Amino acid sequence: MARNVSFRRKLVVTALAWAIGLLIFFPILWTIITSFKSEGDAIALPPKFLFFDWTLENYGVVQERSDYLRFAMNSVMLALGSTFFALVIAIPSAWAMAFAPGKRTKDLLMWMLSTKMMPPVGALIPVYLIFRDFGLLDTRGGIIAVLMLLNLPIIIWMLYTYFKEIPGEILEASRMDGASLGKELLYVLTPMAIPGIASTLLLNIILAWNEAFWTLALTTKDAAPLTQFIASYSSPEGLFWAKLSAASTMAIAPILVLGWFAQKQLVRGLTFGAVK
Amino acid sequence: MKPVFTGVFGAFMFAALASTAIAETKLTIATVNNGDMIRMQGLTDDFTKANPDISLEWVTLEENVLREKVTTDIAAKGGQFDVLTIGTYEVPIWGKKGWLVPLTEVDDPADILPAIAGGLTVDGKLMAAPFYGESSMVMYRKDLMEKAGLTMPDAPTWEFIGQAARAMTDKSAETYGVCLRGKAGWGENMAFLTATSNSFGARWFDENWKPQFDQPEWKATLDYYLSLMADAGPPGASSNGFNENLALFNSGKCGMWIDATVAASFVTGKESTVADKVGFALAPDNGLGKRGNWLWAWSLAIPAGTQKNDAAQKFVSWATSKQYTALVAEKEGWANVPPGTRTSLYENAEYAKVPFAKMTLDSINSADPTKPTVKPVPYVGVQFVAIPEFAGIATTVGQIFSAALAGEKTADEALAEAQTAATREMTKAGYIK
Repeated sequence: MARNVSFRRKLVVTALAWAIGLLIFFPILWTIITSFKSEGDAIALPPKFLFFDWTLENYGVVQERSDYLRFAMNSVMLALGSTFFALVIAIPSAWAMAFAPGKRTKDLLMWMLSTKMMPPVGALIPVYLIFRDFGLLDTRGGIIAVLMLLNLPIIIWMLYTYFKEIPGEILEASRMDGASLGKELLYVLTPMAIPGIASTLLLNIILAWNEAFWTLALTTKDAAPLTQFIASYSSPEGLFWAKLSAASTMAIAPILVLGWFAQKQLVRGLTFGAVK
Repeated sequence: MKPVFTGVFGAFMFAALASTAIAETKLTIATVNNGDMIRMQGLTDDFTKANPDISLEWVTLEENVLREKVTTDIAAKGGQFDVLTIGTYEVPIWGKKGWLVPLTEVDDPADILPAIAGGLTVDGKLMAAPFYGESSMVMYRKDLMEKAGLTMPDAPTWEFIGQAARAMTDKSAETYGVCLRGKAGWGENMAFLTATSNSFGARWFDENWKPQFDQPEWKATLDYYLSLMADAGPPGASSNGFNENLALFNSGKCGMWIDATVAASFVTGKESTVADKVGFALAPDNGLGKRGNWLWAWSLAIPAGTQKNDAAQKFVSWATSKQYTALVAEKEGWANVPPGTRTSLYENAEYAKVPFAKMTLDSINSADPTKPTVKPVPYVGVQFVAIPEFAGIATTVGQIFSAALAGEKTADEALAEAQTAATREMTKAGYIK
C-alpha cells in the first residue's frame, strides 16, 4: 500500500516537474519554432504551432546581414574573460571570509550583495564618463572589467558558501605541514572546492553571456557581443519576428548547449547548502 | 639577406601607406532596423566608390535601444558615432542644445517637403536631413465596408469612423470594426492619442505650459476613444501596438486600422491574407481644420562630438540626395524608394504610379509640426512635444490612458491623474513658475 502511494506521488511530482519545465522552456521553444516560419506565419492569428511551411530563409538573411561570428567571438571572450578575472579575485576573498572572518565579515558580505540592488541605469552616466576618459568605450577590456565587477558579489557569495562547508582543520593541517598561504589556496583549498568553483564558473559565464544593459550601453562595434546582434533585429514597426527569432536562436544556441552539458554541475552549485 | 629584408620591409610599408591612403576615414553610423535603412546598407558601394578615402561601419539597433545609446553618447560626448539616425522628436531638442552640427552640404534643401523641413530646422539652420518620412492614415477593408452598406470617403470624419466601426463589428466572428494602439508609451498609444487630440481641438499645454487634460477637448478625445474601443475594438487592446495590430489586420480581424503610412506595404504585401481588399483614406478630422495624423521622419544628423565632420557631411548629403533616390529606383524599383522627404519625388511620373504614394504625400502635407493644434501652443511637434521632459511625462500619461482602456479607471479619473502627473513634472522642470 505504502509503495502504491509512493508511486502515485512520484508520478504526480514527475508530471508536475515536467509541466513546470515545459512551461519555463516554452518561450525558448516558441522562439526556435518561429525562427523557421515565414514573417507572415510568424504573426498569423491564431498562432501556427507545427503545421506551417518550414523555412531556413531567416537564418540565411541573418547570416547575410550580420557578421555572427564576430559577435559570438566577442560574447565568448567577454564571458570567459570576466569569469576568469572574477574567480582570481573571488577565491582569495571568499577564503578570507570563510576561514579568517573578522568582526565585520557578515556586514561586508551583505554590503557587497546590496550593490546588486541598485538599478544599473543609476550608475550609467558615471561609468560612461569614466570609460570615455580612459578610452575604454567599445573595448573588450573595459566590458570585461564591468562584467567582472557586476558578478563579483554573487561569485564571492557562492564560493563563500562552498568554502564554509570545507573543514578548516584540513587547511590547518596543511599549514602545520609548512604550506604557504598561496600553496594552501592553490593545492589544498582549490582542489577540494573544484565542484563549487566549476558551478560558480558556469553560472558566471551564463550571467555574463546574457548581460544586456551594460554590453549594449558601452559597446558599439569592435567589442559588441550577441546582445547587440539580437537588438539589431527588433523594431517597433515592421515584420521582423521570424528574423528576430532566428537571431535569438543563434545567440542562445552556444550557451544552451553549454548549459545542457553542465546542468548537473549547475544544479549542484545552485542547491549546495540549501538543504542541510 | 639584407636586400630581402629591405624589400619585404619596403613592400610592407607601401601596403600600409596605401591602405591608409585608401581608407583614411572610417565613419560609424548608428541606425534603426527598418527596411529603408537596411536597403541603404546594401547600396553604399555607390558612395564608397565615389569617396575611396571614406569607409562606413554600421551599427544597427532597435529604435528604443538606439535612442538610449545615442542619447547617452551625445550627452556625454562619447564620440562613438559620426552619423546618427534620429527622429523628429530629438532634432529640435538636440539642435537647441548644440549637440548637432548644422548640415552644410545637403542636396537641394529647398526640395525637402516643407512639413518635414520645418521640424528639422533650428534657428534657421537644417540640423538633420530626412531620409524617410511617414504620417498616419486609415487602412480599411473594402469588403467589410461594402457589407456594412457604407462608402469610405477620401477624407473621413471621426463621426463616420465611429459609425463604420460599429457597423463592421461582429464579435461572434472575431471581426472588430477598428484596431487602434493601446499599449502604453510616448511613441505607442500617446502618438496616436496626441495626434487624435489635435483634431478634437485639444493641446498638451497652453501658451504658459500649463497641462490641458482638464479641458473639454481632451475629455471629448478620451471619451470617443474609450467608447469606440469598447464597442468595436478587439479584446486586450491595451497591450496592442503597431505590430499586434498589424497581426490582427493581416489575419482579417480588423475592419479599420489607423496607423503609420509604412503599414500600407505590409497590409498589401504577400504576408497579408487581406491584401487585395484594403483601401486607404486620410486620417479622420472633426471639421476643426486639423486631421488626426502624425508626422515622423527618420533623419541623418552629425553629432557635435565627431572628429570626422567633413566625411560625415558628404555621407549625409549622399544618403539623402535625389541621386540616392534614383539609385534605389534603378536597383530596386520605385516602390522601394524611401518615401516622404522630397517634393521632386512626388512630381516624378514613375513614382506617382506607386500605390499609396499620393495618400502618403497628402497625409504628410496635412500635418504641420510648427502649428500642430487648433489653439496656439508654445511647442513644436504633432504627436509629441519637442521638450526633453515629454518622453517621460507622455509615457506616464500613456500608462494612465492604457489603464483606462483596460477598464481599470474611468475617463474622468484618467484625465485627472494625467493632469496631476503632467503638472507635477512641468513644475519640477521649471516650466510652470
